[in-house]
Amino acid sequence: MVRVLKLELKGITKRFGSLVANDHIDVVVEPGQIHCLLGENGAGKSTLMNVLYGLYEPTEGQILIDDKPVTFRGPGDAMAAGIGMVHQHFMLVPVFTVAENVALGAETTKAGGFLNLDDTRRKIKEISDRYGFDVDPDALIEDLPVGVQQRVEIIKALVRDAKVLILDEPTAVLTPQDTDELLDILRQLKSHGTSIVFISHKLREVKAVSDTITVIRRGKVVGTADPGASTTDLASLMVGRAVNLTLDKAPAKPQETTFQVKDLTVIAPSGQHVVDGISFDIARGEILAVAGVQGNGQTELTEAILGLQERAHGSILLDGEELLGRSVKDVLNAGVGFVPEDRSVDGLIGTFSIAENLILDRYDKAPFAKGISMSPAKVLENAKTRIDEFDVRTPSGSLAAGTLSGGNQQKVVMARELSRPLRLFIASQPTRGVDVGSIEFLHKRIVAERDHGTPVMIVSTELDEVIELADRIAVLYKGKLVGIVPAGTGRDVLGLMMAGLSPQDALADAASRQQAGGPVVQHTGQPADQHAGQPAERTAADPAPAAQPVQEPRSGAVGDDHE
Amino acid sequence: MSTTATAPVPGGPQGKPEKAKEPAQGMSAKPVTWKLPVTLAVLAVVAFIFFGLLGPQSTAKFGVSSGGDFFQLPAIEVPAFLSGIVLSLVLLGLAGYALVLKVKQNRRPPRWLPVVFTVVFVVAFLIWVVGGARTPSISLAGLIAGSVTLAVPIVFGSLSGVLCERAGVVNIAIEGQLLGGAFTAAIVASVTDNPYLGLLAAAVAGALVSMVLAVFSIKYVVNQIIVGVVLNVLVSGLTGFLFSTVMQANKEMFNSPGRLPIIEIPVLSSIPVLGPILFKQSVVGYLMYVAVIVVWIGLFKTKWGLRVRSVGEHPQAADTLGIKVNATRFWNVTLGGAVAGIGGSFFTLVAIDSFTKEISGGRGFIALAAMILGRWNPIGAFFAALLFGFADNLQSIVTIIGTPVPSQFMAMLPYLVTVFAVAGLVGRSRGPAASGIPYVKG
Repeated sequence: MVRVLKLELKGITKRFGSLVANDHIDVVVEPGQIHCLLGENGAGKSTLMNVLYGLYEPTEGQILIDDKPVTFRGPGDAMAAGIGMVHQHFMLVPVFTVAENVALGAETTKAGGFLNLDDTRRKIKEISDRYGFDVDPDALIEDLPVGVQQRVEIIKALVRDAKVLILDEPTAVLTPQDTDELLDILRQLKSHGTSIVFISHKLREVKAVSDTITVIRRGKVVGTADPGASTTDLASLMVGRAVNLTLDKAPAKPQETTFQVKDLTVIAPSGQHVVDGISFDIARGEILAVAGVQGNGQTELTEAILGLQERAHGSILLDGEELLGRSVKDVLNAGVGFVPEDRSVDGLIGTFSIAENLILDRYDKAPFAKGISMSPAKVLENAKTRIDEFDVRTPSGSLAAGTLSGGNQQKVVMARELSRPLRLFIASQPTRGVDVGSIEFLHKRIVAERDHGTPVMIVSTELDEVIELADRIAVLYKGKLVGIVPAGTGRDVLGLMMAGLSPQDALADAASRQQAGGPVVQHTGQPADQHAGQPAERTAADPAPAAQPVQEPRSGAVGDDHE
Repeated sequence: MSTTATAPVPGGPQGKPEKAKEPAQGMSAKPVTWKLPVTLAVLAVVAFIFFGLLGPQSTAKFGVSSGGDFFQLPAIEVPAFLSGIVLSLVLLGLAGYALVLKVKQNRRPPRWLPVVFTVVFVVAFLIWVVGGARTPSISLAGLIAGSVTLAVPIVFGSLSGVLCERAGVVNIAIEGQLLGGAFTAAIVASVTDNPYLGLLAAAVAGALVSMVLAVFSIKYVVNQIIVGVVLNVLVSGLTGFLFSTVMQANKEMFNSPGRLPIIEIPVLSSIPVLGPILFKQSVVGYLMYVAVIVVWIGLFKTKWGLRVRSVGEHPQAADTLGIKVNATRFWNVTLGGAVAGIGGSFFTLVAIDSFTKEISGGRGFIALAAMILGRWNPIGAFFAALLFGFADNLQSIVTIIGTPVPSQFMAMLPYLVTVFAVAGLVGRSRGPAASGIPYVKG
């Protein structure tokens, strides 16, 4: 008989200096439930879970297990109490095997402290068989795809007899298909009696899998909802005001093609072809969205266009001019606006003022500079206009950019890049870590730039964003262009393409599954409410249907006979 | 291009799905560089010119057995010029094979190739040096036995490095630990008249030096390289000062540690070449073999080792599993210091029976190189240390028998070997991922 466990957080408060990350949070996780914590980035969800897992000590408040108060001095205590955690960034040693990672910290040993990995292998196999995971205990972690790594994390928790499993933004690194598999695994775990705390800001998943939803905003519980609640209601609860989730965007009116990439290959220092023979073009007045799971060459592609990649071959033409091989400054002067994927590393200088950050690309040109001297008045004046125009919420332009929230920082970067005439606009992860309110605004600006007649390239790992913004969608997989498909292509097809299937195969595959009656990822971005409503029955009747579609093409693969 | 263009699946025929599970060739294949084939080719040409064409017209004689062996093997005599030509042709052949593989098939040479190349090169070099000497005769057994002797402190030092770096702390202070061990061993053994107590004290001294490194780099998060360098200078200054003030003043009392006896295992020690290396050693020499094996088993086969390695690779992961990262690091660094201290005692209790300033002579840094060349593996580090010991011993022997090469150049040999071995042969070897990065919670 499985022991079930009731977990309660009572009045948890966590302060870091003057910052209150969690403010008197109460959450009750009933035994055998999937409990979702919904909130925007920076709302304090991860902090709360780190408190629960013993990584942080709460400033105030209590953790109760089966109504008895407990204190955790470290993760070891939490694990001993039956709490397991799958972190957003996997806590796996890449050069260890699966078995070694699972054993670590809970080793079984033979006499003399010698490791007994056979015992661990047996346990892994047992759990793998029970839940249908396909995990080789002797594979090295670094050789495994992220989806499998995540399963190793789950096995790690289960081997330690976790009764409550916390998953922190588990879908951030997964393809839509992997996400569906994960949601199925969670339902299975639940049916075996494991309670689950699922942390996410993605409404679709939260609605699909949860029994109870607790919404957190700015460190406080602002309400609970049931999974039947509408997406708009959840979003406004999460953001704190009414939000418009769908973007009003006129159909594109593409004009002449001015930007062309031909056979672009980028070679990493390790010798890998991180971008492998990519060709595409963008017309004036259209948005090409580049989709793909993180780390499939998107970063290198944008950096190559900007001139940041040294070993890039092929051709990049803007208005017939070759950009490849030119300095970054030349490329910027040619009229390329670029929003890098990590604003805090590449987009801004945190200790510089907002005003200075707004002219980083034009500090040496009139009207900001005259000879070797700069004109601070002009810089501040420019800042005022931009801050108004882009609705940056700050008392003054002379504050350090690092003090702004993520959304406002991104607005500063966007304001800088869009404040000069452009002939090409590239934005990488334009809304990563940005609050929903700012997303709306940033998306509108991007569309406005398109309507202004600029070719726009968006790189995003968020499928929702891609679908919303794109006029055409290019999918990258392992550095190669899988295909370019029109806007309005279904999520399931895009998801399969993100796993490396050609557009034709993805279409055929998605269609066949629809006929077979298997669950298909929704085209519309809306969750399947009938599933969310009775997840338990669905699990019992149909144990792992979503697990098949992705594995089928994988095992039946014929040939990538390149070289 | 229209708005609905479709690119074909790269590499695969239309309609056939790409393997999703296996990484595409372009992403997984490691690069085949020109570095190795070209290096081999250059070396082979050098060998052909010097060892072959310009080789000495004499006969080089290599003694294999020493007087006490229980069976005698005849000395090997080779014509220097002829063998120089033959061996350098072999080298050219090997280099050519590597080049052909690169050009025709774009493949890296098989793994045995650089190893065989190195061995042949060293043999050719030996024959050339010995053949050109005033007395073209050398005892191979003596050369190898001497190499092992010179390698002992380097092996201990590199084990110390392995223990520290596997736990995530860079130990630049090996030199200081060796020196501290050597000094303490000398003084304690002299005062107590017991070299075994000296050995023990050396371990304690090494551990103390290490604890300073541990406290500053782990608790106070000071840059590990800087603490290490400072420690080396500190120990060097301190022992130098005490040497000239205390030891010099009363040599009898403080600097006559008496040697650890050489323990000979009967019969086994009379095996030619291998006997003296394995079965005719001091306690420190035997301890070296034990230490290499114990550290290897400990790191790779036990619970302790798994935890240590996890702390050096991914401390956050270890922490989330309830492993005390900084405590593990602290004790490992301390243990490493003790091991290096024992290595230091070799200078004053085995090699010579007194302490002098800077007696470790930079071997701590060579040990660091041996650790890298041995890829952070105790057994690899052992063989790498042997290579450096060999180079060191070769230069002293060759200087004695008199060679065409100026002795100053021969003295550079161990260091040249260090640089080339670490840069060329290792390539981009990967150490523990978190080595040198302090772990601060939260």
